[in-house]
Amino acid sequence: MLRPVGRGALLGTAALVVLATACAPGGDGGEPASKRPAAVSTDVAKAGNVTLTVWDQEVQGGQRKQIEQLNAAFQARYPNVKINRVARSFTDLQKTLRLALSGGNPPDVVQANQGYAAMGQFVKAGMLASLAPYDKVYRWTERYPKALTELNSVSADGRRIGAGDLYGVSMNGEIVGIYYNKDKLAKLGLKPPATWGEFEQALATAKGRGEQPLAFGNLEKLPGLQVFGVVQDQTAGRDKVRDLVFARGGAWTDQSNAQAAQKLADWSKQGYFNKDAAAVKWDDTPVNFAKGQGVFMFGGTWWAADLADRMKDRVGFLTPPPQQAGGAPATMGGESLPFAITAKSKHPDVAAAYINFLTSPEAMDTAVETGNLPALKPPSKQPSSPLLKEVQASWDTLSKVDSITPYLDYATPTFGDVLGGSLQEVIAGRTTAQQAMETAQRDYSAFLKK
Amino acid sequence: MTARRRPGRPPGAPRNIGWLYVLPALAVYGVFLLWPLVRGFWFSLYDWDGISTGTWAGLSNYATVLTDPGLRGAFGHALILVVFYAILPCLLAFLLVAVITRTRVRGLALFRTVLFLPQVVAMVAVAVAWQWMYSADGPVNGVLHLLHRLGLPDWSRGWLGDFTFALPAVGLIGTWVELGLALVLFLAGAQRIPGELYDAARIDGAGPFAEFRAVTLPGLRRELAVALTLTSVMALRNFDLVYVTTKGGPGGATRVPSYEVYNRTFNTGEVGLACAIGVTLAVLVFALTAGIGRLAEGRGEAR
Repeated sequence: MLRPVGRGALLGTAALVVLATACAPGGDGGEPASKRPAAVSTDVAKAGNVTLTVWDQEVQGGQRKQIEQLNAAFQARYPNVKINRVARSFTDLQKTLRLALSGGNPPDVVQANQGYAAMGQFVKAGMLASLAPYDKVYRWTERYPKALTELNSVSADGRRIGAGDLYGVSMNGEIVGIYYNKDKLAKLGLKPPATWGEFEQALATAKGRGEQPLAFGNLEKLPGLQVFGVVQDQTAGRDKVRDLVFARGGAWTDQSNAQAAQKLADWSKQGYFNKDAAAVKWDDTPVNFAKGQGVFMFGGTWWAADLADRMKDRVGFLTPPPQQAGGAPATMGGESLPFAITAKSKHPDVAAAYINFLTSPEAMDTAVETGNLPALKPPSKQPSSPLLKEVQASWDTLSKVDSITPYLDYATPTFGDVLGGSLQEVIAGRTTAQQAMETAQRDYSAFLKK
Repeated sequence: MTARRRPGRPPGAPRNIGWLYVLPALAVYGVFLLWPLVRGFWFSLYDWDGISTGTWAGLSNYATVLTDPGLRGAFGHALILVVFYAILPCLLAFLLVAVITRTRVRGLALFRTVLFLPQVVAMVAVAVAWQWMYSADGPVNGVLHLLHRLGLPDWSRGWLGDFTFALPAVGLIGTWVELGLALVLFLAGAQRIPGELYDAARIDGAGPFAEFRAVTLPGLRRELAVALTLTSVMALRNFDLVYVTTKGGPGGATRVPSYEVYNRTFNTGEVGLACAIGVTLAVLVFALTAGIGRLAEGRGEAR
């Protein structure tokens, strides 16, 4: 039991403590110094001895090889530069980057994920340096398709993706496509579908013949959102999806969007998905598919190298087929995490030269050699396995006709959870497609109003 | 002749020098517990993304905690988990203790060790193991497939991905983990109950149930309070199990407050709201443990 004096002292301490903290959290962010293009030095050799600290998440198989080779090549070209590489898994990087960036001595180059929850907030807090002055020298916005540089651009207040300055550049491309099991398709007497109608017909045929049409793992909610996005690209089309995600108009409740959710409900009702899909981990889906579950599987190109290893020539990759034969295909995709320069970096010129090196034509060759999908067409190298060739061809086509749509979870910081969760309910038959889209729209308009 | 004494202080009464003795512990406690608590509370009054300057939000984060259906659901799930983590293991442990105290069990030490083992294993390892148990071709569904072949309906499903069963499935993992703790506590307590009490009860003609109610249960009051407190706190701050097995899904069916603290901080950048959830959770834990303590004490006074 506290005596009155003790209680008074305690209250006094508490009051002191409150006074001492009586300032808004995170209030010490400085404004980034803006650099004029004339002041950009591209001569790394003249920079003196520089240690460049780089935080990346290129830790998986081919990606790790890619960055290790490129780092070694850069250091060989410029012996005065030492790269201090800090590698973390994607999730670990997401968690530690916030703290690292808000500290007084952040890394020079970081991979900052696209979207409001990462790059948007970092830009708003003035933690990343605009690449605009460097772009005048290194010309990324001319070399990369607009859809890709848009994803790495944010307005200065962090509120608009696809507007404002460029803040990062990516090495690799990614798209979500459809993998298919060649053996199973041949056994069903089917050819790879050339139109969306043929694809759905093939799903029905597979079901009718006792095969699992689609391998699906949706524990994390994000996989379902990706399948929805691919279907939405067919029902609503490229432009509508882009406008929605970048907040340039339209509503999630529009009929063409609800149709896509309805399609997932229909597929689920017809038993096209494995019934325990909501309990299967995303990363286990390609493993199950390689073991023979499912005739088709929606999946990103990041699985291609692994699947080519496991299934050899029994696996194929399809760009989601267009409505009419010969029509322009569209699918969801983007690029790997962009490399960005921190505002407090002491060697921004060297950092920019490093990023330019990572995204140079020779680097694109290195990407192919290490089994990755380079963001830009490699000048001299070709992928080795047939699957990777198909993936590369699909990427080239989609880049040429400019029909890659952004990931839907860029729409709001909470969107992946909100629409992803609602779609799980749609697939389980617990809500209607229309209700799910209304939930998504509520989250969307609340964010836009803020 | 009496020694001179300062007026107003009986001998042995606490003096200010006492503070000096507690100072080291207090300093550690203050720096690592009180200070973060105060900071956390302070952050909860702001709209803050964790990196840029926060804006004053007053109590609006707390209003969100109380009104947002998803977050309210999360607190509801935590209370359901208390049933699975605390109440169910204690009931089962009582049952086992009642059996063990009446009969001689061979290899008791072995059973005790086996039942206590889940407590020792890291929670993440437990979660991964149970994820396999519940998976499509895991043992749980294996047994159900077998029953189906024997003529029963097909009950197999993706347990952790089922809107109805995901939360109970996670809860039962907790029951499995906490049962050993409750059992070991109760067994230790039961050994302290003098055998004469049982003899007296039997002479009075008490059956197993009456004996348990009149002798074992009152004798284990303190242990019950300890077990309930520990397991309820485990239930309320349960994070690792949910994080590994379901990530709060499907939909929001297994969302719990501590997972939301993590989710709002690291995934959606709502640090102020996350702190408000954390503070609310701390208050809830405090209230619940105080309630349990009072319950155990209250019964003691009535005796």
